[in-house]
Amino acid sequence: MLQITCPHCGARAESEFHNGGEAHIERPKDPAALTDAEWAEFVFLRDNPKGLLLERWNHTQGCRRWFNVARDTVTYEILAVYPMGSQPPALDPRRYV
Amino acid sequence: MIDSYLRQSALDHLGLAGRTSEEPEKAAVRLGEKLLPAAVNLRGDVADPAFVAALREALGVEPPSAPNTVATNGEVALLWLGPDEWLALQHGAAPEAEAQMAAKLRDALGDLHAATTEVGEQYVCIHLAGPKAREVIEKGCPLDLHPRAFGGVGHCAQSHLSKATILLHQVSPGEDGEPAFDLYTRRSFADYLWRWLEDAAGEYGVAIVAP
Repeated sequence: MLQITCPHCGARAESEFHNGGEAHIERPKDPAALTDAEWAEFVFLRDNPKGLLLERWNHTQGCRRWFNVARDTVTYEILAVYPMGSQPPALDPRRYV
Repeated sequence: MIDSYLRQSALDHLGLAGRTSEEPEKAAVRLGEKLLPAAVNLRGDVADPAFVAALREALGVEPPSAPNTVATNGEVALLWLGPDEWLALQHGAAPEAEAQMAAKLRDALGDLHAATTEVGEQYVCIHLAGPKAREVIEKGCPLDLHPRAFGGVGHCAQSHLSKATILLHQVSPGEDGEPAFDLYTRRSFADYLWRWLEDAAGEYGVAIVAP
């Protein structure tokens, strides 16, 4: 089980959290102008990197607030926790490929 | 304000009052229900002095800004739930206390950007005490309840106990080896959680008390 440091409550067990998928996916400003392929890209297609992944988490069983997490998908190491609406801090992720 | 009506505990059907132990001091875990707490959920900006002053005026307590802590004046306790969210709790009060507390808060808060919601109806408070109370909770909860990690009296945390969402508040220090916790859960989880607790505490010896 991961230990995730909620920016509000502190370090807690993963079972208190809910994963919200990849972070920093912006909703298209004008969805009607999109082609089907572009819309499918926005709705369905997500990165599946080996290494650094930026994702959203919600502390469902705690303070119920959203935040962003930078995680290494190979080692499961949590590299950074940063607030919603902000860009990730400078990271030096390990490269696998 | 709603008219008062007969509130019934979600554990009423278990007949706990008829099962209270005559020798609770012999049991390592004492379980009881603190009936029908008055609870008001509060949202607001703790950095705004007017919000803090309004709470002091209405409740006699200032909202704690430190995470997972509780401020109390002996009557009303304010439990930290989030960076802008608290739960005002009062035990043993008259049935109208909750509506009165909420009305007082609304008057004091005035036009401030804040919210008060009466939520007492959804909470069931189970009181756990005794030398093995910590062990029982730790069987199903990922929190470390040792005072070194949890902080002891005056600390609270939201987590889950055997998958049921809980709000845990340590109310007695346990320096004498007898820590006590108030455990709040939602109405619909109460029956399940009570049975789970009684089962989990069974191996240490459990007594039902009226706290």
